[in-house]
Amino acid sequence: MGLLSDPNRRRALISMLTRLNAPICVVCYFAGVAWFMGLAFEPFTLRTYMSENAMGSTMVEERFPAGERALATGREFAAHKKKVGGMPVDWLVKNMQDRGLEVFTQSFSRTLPFPDENKERYIVKGTNVYGILRAPRAPRTEALVLSAPCSPGDSNNQAVGLLLGLAQYFRNQIYWAKDIIFLVNEHDLIGMQAWLEGYHHTNTTGMSWSPLQGRGGSIQAALSLELSSDVITSLDLVLEGLNGQLPNLDLANLFYAFCQKIGVLCTIQGKLQRNDWDSVSGYSHAVQTMMLMVMKQASGRPWGDHGLFLRYHIEAATIKGVNSFRQYKTDATTIGRLLEGMYRKLNNLLERLHQSYFFYLMPSLSHFVSIGYYMPAFGLLAVILLLRALDLWVQLNTPPSTTEDGVADIDQVRHTLLSVLTPLVISHLTGVALYALPIRFQETAVEHFPVSETEAVVLTAIAIYTAGLALPHNTHRYYIMSAVPDVRGWRVLKLIAVLYLAVLLGCTALINFSLGFILALTLVPLAAFVTPHVPKVLSAFILVILSPACTLLFSVFFFQELQEMPVSFQDGWLLYLSVISQGILDHSLYGSLVYPLIALLVYPCWLLFWNILFWK
Amino acid sequence: HHQCVNGWMTGCVKRFGVLKRYTNTGHLPFKNSAGQFFSSGHTNNWAVLVCTSRFWFNYRHVANTLSVYRSVKRLGIPDSHIVLMLADDMACNHRNPKPATVFSHKNMELNVYGDDVEVDYRGYEVTVENFLRVLTGRLPPSTPRSKRLLSDDRSNILIYLTGHGGNGFLKFQDSEEISNVELADAFEQMWQKRRYNELLFIIDTCQGASMYERFYSPNIMALASSQVGEDSLSHQPDLAIGVHLMDRYTFYMLEFLEDIHPASKTNMNDLFKVCPKSQCVSTPGHRTDLFLRDPGSVLITDFFGSVRKVELTMDAINLTDPIKQMEENPVNGEEQKEVYSYADQLPVSEIIHQKPKQKDWHPPDGFILGLWTLILLVFFKTYGIKHLKHIF
Repeated sequence: MGLLSDPNRRRALISMLTRLNAPICVVCYFAGVAWFMGLAFEPFTLRTYMSENAMGSTMVEERFPAGERALATGREFAAHKKKVGGMPVDWLVKNMQDRGLEVFTQSFSRTLPFPDENKERYIVKGTNVYGILRAPRAPRTEALVLSAPCSPGDSNNQAVGLLLGLAQYFRNQIYWAKDIIFLVNEHDLIGMQAWLEGYHHTNTTGMSWSPLQGRGGSIQAALSLELSSDVITSLDLVLEGLNGQLPNLDLANLFYAFCQKIGVLCTIQGKLQRNDWDSVSGYSHAVQTMMLMVMKQASGRPWGDHGLFLRYHIEAATIKGVNSFRQYKTDATTIGRLLEGMYRKLNNLLERLHQSYFFYLMPSLSHFVSIGYYMPAFGLLAVILLLRALDLWVQLNTPPSTTEDGVADIDQVRHTLLSVLTPLVISHLTGVALYALPIRFQETAVEHFPVSETEAVVLTAIAIYTAGLALPHNTHRYYIMSAVPDVRGWRVLKLIAVLYLAVLLGCTALINFSLGFILALTLVPLAAFVTPHVPKVLSAFILVILSPACTLLFSVFFFQELQEMPVSFQDGWLLYLSVISQGILDHSLYGSLVYPLIALLVYPCWLLFWNILFWK
Repeated sequence: HHQCVNGWMTGCVKRFGVLKRYTNTGHLPFKNSAGQFFSSGHTNNWAVLVCTSRFWFNYRHVANTLSVYRSVKRLGIPDSHIVLMLADDMACNHRNPKPATVFSHKNMELNVYGDDVEVDYRGYEVTVENFLRVLTGRLPPSTPRSKRLLSDDRSNILIYLTGHGGNGFLKFQDSEEISNVELADAFEQMWQKRRYNELLFIIDTCQGASMYERFYSPNIMALASSQVGEDSLSHQPDLAIGVHLMDRYTFYMLEFLEDIHPASKTNMNDLFKVCPKSQCVSTPGHRTDLFLRDPGSVLITDFFGSVRKVELTMDAINLTDPIKQMEENPVNGEEQKEVYSYADQLPVSEIIHQKPKQKDWHPPDGFILGLWTLILLVFFKTYGIKHLKHIF
């Protein structure tokens, strides 16, 4: 007889499963966490290498000469920007035309659902200016994009200056096989979203923009430049995009290869690379770099103007110039040469970048961990949920100690189902309320309370979240009266909740591993241990600590620690509120999915466990 | 031995006096050497030069082929006798910073594209099928002459292949392969159809030696840039253009060939020594077991050049034996020479369901019908109608 079909063996297996369930779960949890921490250990990672044959090695001659002139152009741009008090559209158009590009503009406007206090904007109107350098001999089927944001104040002037300098230099070369689009976008991400939507003829976020007059073919790759000083000490690469999407690893490899060739100091997450991986401090450095990437990816927001390109399957990255206290400075000509080299290599591409990984983690710029290596960490956590589900299934299927007659059995089944359905429906309705109400009722809140709109939205969200904690005491009133005490009811609900959580976290981890892993770290233990029989007060406290909102709070403090800018509790709390408001704004402006995911799916799931805890 | 003066008139004029001396001493009666002169060796040269890879980063394969083309043309083979197949256009590629040029040395020392390159098969026309058809001559009647290999049994053919290859195959155009077995069979077809006198096969790919392992036809000499299990490496990149310009083996072969002029006496043994392991990193290989002559006696110009054998004589030669007519021998006349003809490549008649043309003559149908009617009539006349019921 087979292993599973032999009743004796089956019973032995099942009893072993029930006996060892808790120990195996604990072991799996710690194994998952240990695996994740081990990912940053250098012998477990792979060195980065160029996978795309067409890009080959860094075998080009960079000859960009005009760094100083680019900086002068940047200063002119700054002066005009100050004079106009925004984007100097006419000056940019004339300047780009003088350099031989085909120049077009696009105007856009958007009213945010509530004012953005970080960037101080509410009704946004702006203009994007872009110039197309046509390939001298090639058909207009493919394009590359170089963009620099037009930021208020003194930032990113040198970026625009370098962009114009490179445009002039590129115009004099004849080896371009793709059109190059030089884009200066206003209001950073909003302008970029308007431009991308106009370019691809989609309208997903309800922005109004004027259609683009000029177009260059399908975009193969894009780089966004952020440079705010005349000299820099290092270049930082930003990869994380919207919803945690990452560009193809070959783009990072290309950047790293050129950094090494030209001799510029390059960083990722703002952290330099270290060679002492076998020492404790070296390992913790790598762990910090990786955790920064995980945190940024989990937040689901685009961390540079490039983040919005990824949705259109355009590989994009942001290069930031950093000027810190270091002796060796790099000038604009060198940065120009690095960009020239990268664009010449991207010019050689025959297909979109697809040879290298799309899902990876980088503990440093020269090492990476691919999805095949980091997924088992999440898998070990998901196994805990499945083991718990099996355990519950076994418990549900063993016959109860007291026997009932047939009629009461059917009633009990019906009561069980109804009593399970009620918390499900009410939890999800609360989730819908959490998603929809804060924005809808911000005006009412502002009328009644002395808060600004942003604060109103955030505080309403927190209020609804906290109100959900009171639900179990009220849902019981809606149960159909059953004479028989329902000992099995909570088990069915927990089974459903555990499976629901497993599916939810699994799907999230596939798309955005960091978000799925962080949620799993906190939600899986509470899903595993919560029953109505554990001590109520302590468990309630633990459940609140492990809920998504508190996870977010701790993540905010942890993120600040990782960036070596620790905050006090007051500042941390304000930062936390702004993070919530940014999350809601990202969702309505760019279509970020983190806020709906948490509000509509994760929070109801957590509420189900809260209901189980208070099951009567 | 006889002095065979190769090449140009200038050379002949210089040796004029020497020749005279030789003939006066009566070294060898000329009528014997005349016979030898006309019966040995080859009378014309052909070259089939193929580059099988496309894409900008395979610039070096096109440069390889063009450098062999340049040498072969310089040594005298005209364009009408060269079939040049290039799978991609590097000179006019959008990414070429020096359009209309293909360089083989860095710093743009040598432009092998020149201004009189004649490419016969270009771009997507370079396929395995076209290559094999060129070799075996099975081309549709509409193929222009420049695309045909019109060699005969007195032709020496140089075949040069380059591209990406592996153990036993060569990749064409990123989508198909030719195997060493196919190539060997194609050469056997050429031998059976008397399409070559001697054949020199050079291949510059990774694991190139595997391509000549399967040859079994006589009079083939083969050279490869690397052994099985080794990779052929590229030579030097040019940073201005951004690609590798040449492969090592062909680069050193080009240097070697630049020293050859039409009157050179260098032989194949020197070609085997081109690009030792210290320069090439891979081990070049060669195969001479199918070749009937000793490689030391085979001149480079026998394959790479097109030299005319010229023999000057001051004496008149008496061809004493009269030219005899081939008499129709009644014994021989009965032997019917089997006439070969090609199978119809496109049997149109069968496709359109027409009655095929009858090869043998059959009596017409009416005649047979009439014959049977006659037989029946005679039968019934003899036996009478009343016996019909016995039959039916």
